[in-house]
Amino acid sequence: MEDIRFIQGVAYIIFTIFLTLILYGYIIHLYRSEKKGERDYEKYAKMALDDELDSPPVDKRDEKEREKKLKRSSE
Amino acid sequence: MQSPAIEYDYTVAKWFSYLAILFGILGMGVGVLIAFQLAFPDLNYIFGQYSLFSRLRPIHTNTVAFGFTLSGIFATWYYVGQRVLKVSMKESKFLMTVGKLHFWLYFIGALLAVASLLVRYTTSKEYAQFEWPFDIVVVIVWVLWGISIFGLIGIRREKSLYISLWYYIATFLGVAMLYLFNNMEVPTYLITGMGDPLHSVSMYSGSNDALVQWWYGHNAVAFVFTVPIIAMIYYYLPKESGQPVYSYKLSLLSFWGLMFVYLWAGGHHLIYSTVPDWMQTMGSIFSIILILPSWGSALNMLLTMKGEWGQLKENPLIKFMVLASTFYMLSTLEGPIQSIKSVNALAHFTDWIPGHVHDGTLGWVGFMIIAALMHMAPRFYKREIYSKKLLEAQFWLQTTGIVLYFSSMWIAGITQGMMWRAVDQYGNLAYSFIDTVTVLHPYYTLRAIGGLFYLVGLFMWAYNFFKTMTASRAIEREPQFASPMAA
Repeated sequence: MEDIRFIQGVAYIIFTIFLTLILYGYIIHLYRSEKKGERDYEKYAKMALDDELDSPPVDKRDEKEREKKLKRSSE
Repeated sequence: MQSPAIEYDYTVAKWFSYLAILFGILGMGVGVLIAFQLAFPDLNYIFGQYSLFSRLRPIHTNTVAFGFTLSGIFATWYYVGQRVLKVSMKESKFLMTVGKLHFWLYFIGALLAVASLLVRYTTSKEYAQFEWPFDIVVVIVWVLWGISIFGLIGIRREKSLYISLWYYIATFLGVAMLYLFNNMEVPTYLITGMGDPLHSVSMYSGSNDALVQWWYGHNAVAFVFTVPIIAMIYYYLPKESGQPVYSYKLSLLSFWGLMFVYLWAGGHHLIYSTVPDWMQTMGSIFSIILILPSWGSALNMLLTMKGEWGQLKENPLIKFMVLASTFYMLSTLEGPIQSIKSVNALAHFTDWIPGHVHDGTLGWVGFMIIAALMHMAPRFYKREIYSKKLLEAQFWLQTTGIVLYFSSMWIAGITQGMMWRAVDQYGNLAYSFIDTVTVLHPYYTLRAIGGLFYLVGLFMWAYNFFKTMTASRAIEREPQFASPMAA
């Protein structure tokens, strides 16, 4: 019984540290990739505001790939 | 310029909006009736056995959760999905057909399912009462919605998926997993050749059944009442106010936080029960941690209004959404408090629990769906909202209703919990059950009146929506941000 309690305690601490690292790692990843100029996350907020069918997309998709899928779904 | 000749197609979004109004009135109408029944028991017999509380309560919960809320979710999906992906349903005959099939199968299935509860076909699992044939219909409806989601994503012009879509996708995947696992059941007639063909028994039993049931039950709250409603507010609040989301990064962080944490919190429904103690503790701890991602989203929404608080005064739709966000914060603080073991010892089985549920559902879910539909109405019909005054009056009436509801239930619940545990100097119980009922009567009456206020508000909403559709002044073009409304 005491052994199980000990294992539970160790597992609890390891999981807590692991999950905390994941959480902070993700936050750092978000800020660092913006700082390095790899991504601009805030630009995606425009998708809701500028959502007319004829307004330019924030990230345009490859038209050929789209046409291929569209053709298949219209058949 | 992409395809100037094509416009967004709102057909399916409109149909689901009508259903949201219909099921809202139906489900909450039954809710008000059963609330009055608790205060005035003679009302149980107004339609003989068909109006008994026990018969109507599942109809109330299922109609508001899987009728009103799901219709609102589907309506907003068919609207928001097209717009943020910059693709019209008109562009794909297949997806249009799937959307319409989704609507009709859902509508007919929902009506039959409600009727089945009225004639006593039930699995007796809370929020999962539908018998096995209806579960199959639910699965087909869900698959159709999935085809619609991923089909529309497949033909999108916008490469990246807006945060609302992450939440809609999570709703789809989450509910699919929960519903399938909790509704694993054996149709008894098919196995034994005896009994009622509609009857089934769960594949789980005892504590296992309880664990799966509350893993499902609590996550039904997560993936029907929370995740898709966040999807809505991330689109409608920025769009109506003309303000970009305060922090897109925070929306991503909150998303993953919510997804990870919510699935572990269901154990808090089984505190002091026969499930292993560590599971109960885990349920409590994860419920507390859940405050972080929940408040992350809610604060992100409130901060979106930074520097634009004047709109709160001018625009009733902003009022609805800001209060929805505030109620989200309130219920996601209240829930974790109730899941702390010592608080749960007092709160469990008392009226504080329905009080908590209703400030979430009426304040957060209901207000968000009401605002979303009224935002869409001028875009659906190219007409301004029929009456701003009516919308304002609805807002204040319903807010009063919610306050009456939760304040009466807080007092009733804590009073009830204290009376149940009170003992005299010899350790004998100080009160009998009927003593609590007598004390609680005024609060039950107040709660029912609060619910009635909210229901009257729904009729005002339906009237305003109908008049917007039929008699309001036409507008030349779709408004970009704030919805136009006549005084």
